[in-house]
Amino acid sequence: MTAVPGDPWRPALAPALMLRHDRVRDTDLLVLPERVVVLEGHAGQIVGLCDGTRTVPGIVDTLAERYPGAPVADDVPSFLDRLRREGWLT
Amino acid sequence: MTVPRPAAASPEPPRPWALLAELTHACPLHCPYCSNPLELARRSAELTAAEWADVLRQAADLGVVHTHLSGGEPLLRPDLERIVAAAEGAGVYTQLVTSGTGLDEDRLSALRAAGLRSVQLSVQHAEAAANDRIAGRPSSFAAKERAAALVRRAGLPLGLNVVLHRDNLDTVGALVELGESWGVDRIELANTQFYGWGLLNRAALLPTREQLARARETVEHHRERLAGRVELVWVVPDYFDGIAKPCMGGWGAVSLTVTPDGTALPCPAAASLPDLDPPNVRDRPLDWIWDRSPAFARYRGTAWMTGPCGTCPRREEDFGGCRCQAYALTGDAARTDPACALSPDHHVVRALTDPDAGVTPPLYVHRRPGAVPQVR
Ligand code: SF4
Ligand code: SF4
Repeated sequence: MTAVPGDPWRPALAPALMLRHDRVRDTDLLVLPERVVVLEGHAGQIVGLCDGTRTVPGIVDTLAERYPGAPVADDVPSFLDRLRREGWLT
Repeated sequence: MTVPRPAAASPEPPRPWALLAELTHACPLHCPYCSNPLELARRSAELTAAEWADVLRQAADLGVVHTHLSGGEPLLRPDLERIVAAAEGAGVYTQLVTSGTGLDEDRLSALRAAGLRSVQLSVQHAEAAANDRIAGRPSSFAAKERAAALVRRAGLPLGLNVVLHRDNLDTVGALVELGESWGVDRIELANTQFYGWGLLNRAALLPTREQLARARETVEHHRERLAGRVELVWVVPDYFDGIAKPCMGGWGAVSLTVTPDGTALPCPAAASLPDLDPPNVRDRPLDWIWDRSPAFARYRGTAWMTGPCGTCPRREEDFGGCRCQAYALTGDAARTDPACALSPDHHVVRALTDPDAGVTPPLYVHRRPGAVPQVR
């Protein structure tokens, strides 16, 4: 992906990671080369929207439609930033 | 691997997260620290690809989400692609653990097409000649270098995996720089764990305290320098630290191992326990093995503990250390791991780590079928 300066960030899952639903534990997981991260609550849905096409405001809008009244505008951007700092989103 | 902590004691054992699949004991290398058993499984006894596919499906149903495809050298299996595809089909993340010998461009692209997710490459020393001497195979360093470049070009995550001992500990800085120059994402510096061939060669492999102290300092320096770029993992030398390792995250708690001939073990070294009577995936379904087999129940939880472990506040953190080590050093697998400074047997370990002055360490025996007379 080539980022043009000034182009908004379109989060995508880093290639080393696999996002999957764990049917045995009924939760979403991020699987890495040497780790498994359990995604609590709606975190898996948020990560699922990080497909490299949506901008952060785009992801926020989609979630706001799905969950009217939830504080997505406040929580989601900082959550995505955290995942980026971990190197899990590019 | 690091995984979420298992939940506290429940009537049903916790679900396993990971499977170590030892696909073959055959290996073109002959590392003296190899943790494979002295009695290596014959090729003719190995599980077929169809049997592995079945094991992987059952493992996924049980909760396994991650598998290390290991050995020996898994690339020696011509049907490795089928095994990778079966794992991917079952939703299990695959990591190939390889020495690099036998990985060319065609093989890697076939493995990638089958769904391979990541690669862990072992290296024995930062210098080619010393690497090949320890591995007991000429040109094995060159093969590793090529393999690393191929994996990088394919865009797969790459980890470097170094087992540390007397013969390479002083070059730990050069090993980190080697990993950096190969473009790896992660470097695991694992002080030798003494099982199988490693146990046989223990006296030759044990470093000195001074070596370890210097290596630790070097690793700390590089860790700061590489923060955010390359993950540096230091697997502690439990013999020296006086602290037992939380082996496998607990017996039958987080992961299981299946050996080339289908033996299912709570830990890769557990084949050394003479009266464990481990189940085999050819005879029993995996859920029975995990939930019901006496071998997996044996040291699960804390009720079996003896000695200082029984009342120790750390028992839920380190599970009393390693059962195989307790057996290797005391002859009783239920005793406190002698690596722990609180163990009544800790002097056994101290005698090994702090030998009398003037004792010269022996030479090591390279891992080769038939290299040692069988004792059993
Ligand atoms: S430790 Fe060395 S000999 Fe043992 S399986 Fe690995 S590469 Fe082969
Ligand atoms: S006594 Fe047992 S539980 Fe306590 S620290 Fe030592 S090994 Fe761990």
